[in-house]
Amino acid sequence: MAAPVRGMIGSTSIGNTTSFQKKTRSKLVSIPGTRPSVQNGQLLVSSGVSSLDYVIGGGLAVGTLLLVEEDHYDSYSRMLLKYFLAEGVVCGHELFLASARDHPDDIMQELPSPIVDDVAGMKISEGQSQPSDPENPDTMKIAWRYQNQPKVQTALASSVRFGHYYDVSKTMEPELRQAAKCHSFYQLQETPVSKVRNVLRLGLHSLGSVLWGDDVCCKDNPAHCHALTTFLYILRGLLRTSLSVAMVTVPSHLTQNRAVMGRIIRLSDTAIALESFKGSEKETNPLYKDYHGLLHVRQLPRLNCLSCEVPDTKDLAFKLKRKQFTIERLHLPPDLSETVSRVSKTELAAGCGSTATGNKHLDF
Amino acid sequence: MFPELNSILNSTPDSFKSSDFILVSDRRADASFLIHHHLSFYLRAGCKVCFLGLVQSFSHYSAVGQRLGVSLAQAREKGQLVFLEGLKNSIGVILQEDTSQETQPLSYLRTPGAGLEGLFRFVESSVRQSGDGDAGESWGPPVLLIDDLSVLLSLGVSVGAILDFTLYCKATVCSELQGNMVILVRCEEEDADDDEEGSNLLQRGLVHQCNLALHVEGLPTGYCRDIHGQMEVWWRQEGETICNRRKIFHFKVHDKGASFFARGTSSAVL
Repeated sequence: MAAPVRGMIGSTSIGNTTSFQKKTRSKLVSIPGTRPSVQNGQLLVSSGVSSLDYVIGGGLAVGTLLLVEEDHYDSYSRMLLKYFLAEGVVCGHELFLASARDHPDDIMQELPSPIVDDVAGMKISEGQSQPSDPENPDTMKIAWRYQNQPKVQTALASSVRFGHYYDVSKTMEPELRQAAKCHSFYQLQETPVSKVRNVLRLGLHSLGSVLWGDDVCCKDNPAHCHALTTFLYILRGLLRTSLSVAMVTVPSHLTQNRAVMGRIIRLSDTAIALESFKGSEKETNPLYKDYHGLLHVRQLPRLNCLSCEVPDTKDLAFKLKRKQFTIERLHLPPDLSETVSRVSKTELAAGCGSTATGNKHLDF
Repeated sequence: MFPELNSILNSTPDSFKSSDFILVSDRRADASFLIHHHLSFYLRAGCKVCFLGLVQSFSHYSAVGQRLGVSLAQAREKGQLVFLEGLKNSIGVILQEDTSQETQPLSYLRTPGAGLEGLFRFVESSVRQSGDGDAGESWGPPVLLIDDLSVLLSLGVSVGAILDFTLYCKATVCSELQGNMVILVRCEEEDADDDEEGSNLLQRGLVHQCNLALHVEGLPTGYCRDIHGQMEVWWRQEGETICNRRKIFHFKVHDKGASFFARGTSSAVL
């Protein structure tokens, strides 16, 4: 793995509240805009959307590949790509953008402008779950059993602020954009890439579409279907040996062959799919009236550990507001967990004389 | 090494079947935790292990191995483990075009139509090496572990070439040297249509060659946070006798291992 981090390193990004610096023997210089993962110490960068960071386990690990399956009109996936690049500009990372359809400079000019005041920060602390105050019994009269349950928050966010917020109605100031080193690859011209010691963010727009010269999306049995998959394999190899993170969008709805899509997903580390309601019959469905589309998490990576951050539900919906791209749970999952206490059962069992801490697999 | 899986398969590092070909497959799930189990199992048993890590880096396996109690770096230094790092070496093959000795095993990247002979030669030389640099320390029977044979399909190699390769490996490792083989294959959805060159065909071909098949899938009833999936164990052949026993277990993967239990007895529902 490219950048394992042992111990906590205080990150110098704006808004990151931890300043704890532990003396470690790690020779990693702390790079702005990154933080170590709480799960396995991976170095993470923000994807630009804080809800998305939460869904994929804290952020994008440096050295991995994020695959986004585009929605039908490429509106929201393009938005995610712009958030990703804008986050790179604000954190001072290097950018590499490749696109076949629009010139990369056009995409760069549309980057949303960051919100630098702390208004968004305050909203996060309000939305967090507050434990119910037991000395205030008059909040619930009928459903008093639920008094002590924590408030469910539908919006997904973590408690530590990581990443920035953007106002999509304004575009980024040109001075801010110029400050970031950006390399681009347009289908018709090539530019050399220089090597510097910083996190490099790669954005590849609409890979696999016809404009790249690939017929994966046109034919049922493409002639060179392994060109795209070989490219992704080598790209992942490159990412693993360098401090970079890549975001690739693929128009999966145009791919006729489902097997190729399955292979592409398995060749990337994190894979999500966006399904927007625009133009489909779900637009008028009352269940979805607050949202712009559904977000499916196809794959989460297991990096340097056996298990990954398993989400508690896979029914996620997103909506794009002016100042935030939020991802929310559609409805709660069934309340099944190993730590749920079944108080009534042990009371009944006490009469039979069996111990409460018997073999869990055999208790009824 | 997962103790519960050892008791299910009735094997311990001190006593396990030799000449065994274990096929690990999955469908829309991730069965790589079984590869980590087998890697730590055979390293603990003192076997000479040849690992073809085609989809992840060495540090990933060594980090997981650390949690399971084996040190891969140490094993590689002592000569017990031969690791082919697919991702890192493939960049050199594609970009630099040098045909030196180290890049021969990955020659399928440049010419996928030519087959996997280079890879087989690498495997053969690794499993036949005797430990003659370390005061005559000899390892146990050789073991070949392949993480993700189906990625070769994505790189353009044909199903026939891959099946030829596994047949050659089985003849060398299992029959001739009395060693074991563990291969991971990842499949997609069961597609009733064409898919002549797909991973389903590869998996079906390999299932006929193997002695034990472990198939990992998601739960048929849907997604559950506490039960990560179901694993089907298919005992096909034990030594000379052909048995045909299948059993299904549910599992949950933690940080330091995985727990297996009979269907419906997860502690989340009891």
